[in-house]
Amino acid sequence: MAIFEAILELADDHLVLGHRISEWCGHAPMLEEDLAMPNMALDLIGTSRTLYDHAGKLEGKGQSEDDLAYLRGEREYRNCLLVERPNEDFAHTMLRSLYFAAFMRPYWLKTLEMTNDETVRGVAGKAEKEMAYHIRHAGEWVIRLGDGTEESAARMRDAVAALHIYTDELFESSPAAAEAERAGVLPVRADLRAAWDEVIGQVFAEAFLEAPEVPYPQTGGRKGLHGEGLGHLLAEMQSVYRAHPGATW
Amino acid sequence: MSVCWQGTGEAAWEAAASVPDPEVPCVTVADLGILRWVRVEDGVAVAGVTPTYSGCPATLAIELAIEAALRDAGFDARIERVLTPPWTTDWITAEGREKLREYGIAPPEESGGKATLFGAPEVTCPRCGSRETERLSEFGSTACKAQYRCLSCREPFDYFKCI
Repeated sequence: MAIFEAILELADDHLVLGHRISEWCGHAPMLEEDLAMPNMALDLIGTSRTLYDHAGKLEGKGQSEDDLAYLRGEREYRNCLLVERPNEDFAHTMLRSLYFAAFMRPYWLKTLEMTNDETVRGVAGKAEKEMAYHIRHAGEWVIRLGDGTEESAARMRDAVAALHIYTDELFESSPAAAEAERAGVLPVRADLRAAWDEVIGQVFAEAFLEAPEVPYPQTGGRKGLHGEGLGHLLAEMQSVYRAHPGATW
Repeated sequence: MSVCWQGTGEAAWEAAASVPDPEVPCVTVADLGILRWVRVEDGVAVAGVTPTYSGCPATLAIELAIEAALRDAGFDARIERVLTPPWTTDWITAEGREKLREYGIAPPEESGGKATLFGAPEVTCPRCGSRETERLSEFGSTACKAQYRCLSCREPFDYFKCI
């Protein structure tokens, strides 16, 4: 059961961030980004689908990927708070993606070294490569905006001030994740700090940004305690499936 | 296409391997290396198919097309999705790379594993062969391609990205 929950946490992280990024579709500031955003959202949603399918099989109660994605409420979602933060402007969106991808790439690389779960290994092998270009895409934007005009640099600093407080949660393992770590299924989150710091430090140095001290990190997502925004996101994402239960498309 | 079929699967392999990629129809699923194997088990042709990207929207269309091709060749057919080892651009055959170039898509330049974290790779123009090209967009008409422009012949072109 703990391993089911730990895989569900990972799947929720990817689905919620994927949905957030998909909200840019049709609204990005230029055509190239309008193509890039849905493509990267698809990477994340694709990863979540395999993880939900796997979680449903581990649980053994016949829940499909659609059941897990569309029929759980906000308090049952176990994603970290970072991924549900609203898009705001491009500075917020790109920084959020950078924080997440800079964590997930070393996470999946470590998974490839240690996991005893073949499906998780398969997901890791694909996702590690995708996270590399998510880091590149988001990192280039953070540098471009941080090292840009007065306005863009100010917005980038605002994004850091708003989002950095959510990054400590990436390195925390819930009781379920800790059990999956002990069982050799998932890597220990706390061990990935140095790899994350290295990428963020490299980008921030070029973007003239500073990582703030965070006296009170914001956590709670793994316990189902979310910000207001997640309920709205789920309402939009789940409304069609809840109106037509069992629908496929 | 030598060792990829098993048992009595040669006819099944030929049928599945001839399916064109729906988004890059100049190459087949075998050229791209996304058709991993075809086995015939008790009269059922089972094809192992791997997705290129986790979220590639063409994955289902490709699986259905392969299944249909196997049925047309007289087999009961089933698709098995294979995740390991992960697909990289190194799986594209030499023949596939040549077909991409002829079609006007620059094939991947270097082994996926060597891709650097930052910076764009140098890409050769598939039309005039010039190395003087620039990246316009990280993403092109599909997730697996980037948009480039040749600074010599001025033509824009798709580049099949390394992963």
